[in-house]
Amino acid sequence: MEKPLTRYINPASDPYNLEDYRKVGGYDSLREVLKNMKPAAVTSLVKDSNLLGRGGAGFPTGVKWSLVPMNEDNSEPKYLVCNADEMEPGTFKDRYLLEGNPHQLIEGMIIAAYAIQAGKAYIFLRWAYKKAEKVLRKAIYEAYKAGYLGKNILGSGFDLDLYLHSSAGRYICGEETALLNSLEGKRALPRTKPPFPAISGLFGRPTVVNNVETLSWISHIVENGAAWFKGLSLTGTGGTKLYGISGKVKNPGTWELPLGTTMRELLEVHAGGMAEGHKFRGALPGGASTDFLVEEHLDVKMDFSTVAAAGSRLGTGTMIVLDDKTCPVAFIHNVERFFALESCGWCTPCREGLPWVEKMLASIEAGTGKMEYIDLLKFNAKYFGPGNTFCAHAPGAAEPLQSGLKYFHDDFIKHITEKKCPWR
Amino acid sequence: MLTEKEIKEIQEEIKQYPYPAVACIDALKIVQHHRGWVSDEAVKAIANLLSISNEEVDGVATFYSRIYRKPVGRNVILICDSVSCMIMGYGSIYEFISKRLSIKFGETTSDGRFTLLPISCLGDCDNAPAMMINNDHFNRLTVKKVEELLEQYK
Repeated sequence: MEKPLTRYINPASDPYNLEDYRKVGGYDSLREVLKNMKPAAVTSLVKDSNLLGRGGAGFPTGVKWSLVPMNEDNSEPKYLVCNADEMEPGTFKDRYLLEGNPHQLIEGMIIAAYAIQAGKAYIFLRWAYKKAEKVLRKAIYEAYKAGYLGKNILGSGFDLDLYLHSSAGRYICGEETALLNSLEGKRALPRTKPPFPAISGLFGRPTVVNNVETLSWISHIVENGAAWFKGLSLTGTGGTKLYGISGKVKNPGTWELPLGTTMRELLEVHAGGMAEGHKFRGALPGGASTDFLVEEHLDVKMDFSTVAAAGSRLGTGTMIVLDDKTCPVAFIHNVERFFALESCGWCTPCREGLPWVEKMLASIEAGTGKMEYIDLLKFNAKYFGPGNTFCAHAPGAAEPLQSGLKYFHDDFIKHITEKKCPWR
Repeated sequence: MLTEKEIKEIQEEIKQYPYPAVACIDALKIVQHHRGWVSDEAVKAIANLLSISNEEVDGVATFYSRIYRKPVGRNVILICDSVSCMIMGYGSIYEFISKRLSIKFGETTSDGRFTLLPISCLGDCDNAPAMMINNDHFNRLTVKKVEELLEQYK
């Protein structure tokens, strides 16, 4: 089984430095691109590969790039931004790539910047990722020194500066337009779309924002082609995926597997099944902002379209497992409290509704909840949904809430009628 | 108010941007790095340096969770309280630290040694529970491990 993204990652040893990376063909794709490919050809290759964004939304990467205007005055730079603000609860895949193989990301970023003819690139890194910050600083320094960054890269005439921006905290910075406001030194409030960042992004200039895992693919797609990439997945979508599992399983972790691997295989084979004395009750398949899937969904292939058909989202592909010893109301309360705290406060349903939901859930968990809260929770979940807010924060918060109310309805009712949490 | 060193570092950041206000977060981080937190006077001084209003700087400073607008202890403990760490039992870690240091989330010990804060998911869910002390990351926490860790921070 091919594992292009993680083949050279060994968390137990030092990350690949420039020399290690070059020995295994590193920066050969960049050389090839700068020597033999026009920017439009790179974009069209990525489009053909059907690489879907790995940050959670699954938007086609090549299409995103193709929205950037190419025939215009370049006196002001265009921008490429790598979203490395991984902060979705239950998600720990980008950390693995950043700490383990930084040059894979940097090479992908240079090729992506060339494709959209960006002159400046940023890595927007989560504040807490101190090891990744150190690893990236060293890798960027090495790449400049070797002539892969800076002026006239490998004699091609293409210039690119790459900056590392370490964030000051807040989940909302991962929303791409909020991220751009944060890079501009402002409060990280999402922007209204349109205009989309590809037209008007950082400092009002065309900007592409891509996730770490997405950009880490680019050099491999250049090297091996679109057909190879498509062949890696089990469902024809393309590629492998960094999946992960946390919670009460025997062997929590992250694994690179063909896109479309089933939940059952992830849980039973790779995570080794549930921890001793614990039963599976459900899981958020792709981070905190995805709908619960339960036992009947275990054979769902973890691909964008198939998870969507089952009523959830692939999201980040890192699953949080709910076991029978953990109270589902406490689980959902924890997740909704996170969303309430992390709301930027701009849109009414999110600013007012999330704290309301959080209070009702806290009350139910404490045994003081009223039966009417069930309908009020459903009412809020409905108005968090798409179309009522600028960004996907509140719609994301609605997902575990609405599905939790559906699958764990009896547990909610029990808390209310027995006036206590049955797990305490 | 700001030292020459702080001003110089902030001006270095301003250089890479199209206009000075972009360096607002960098400036706050620089001041906090030197002083541990950002006071009202520091907010005014940054505003002056970036040619924007005090309110704009304060708006940014209060938005970001890792900018401290109140004094913190010499060491800041950040316990992940998100869902995977909840399942894996961050509660007992919190209770131990809280009892040992006699502080709750948001408080600082009377000797100024520790401040205790919650933090959202640290991205180490397969090694939960996780926490940070200052810039150091720790995982697979047990009460025994945490007891030893606390001793290392004076």
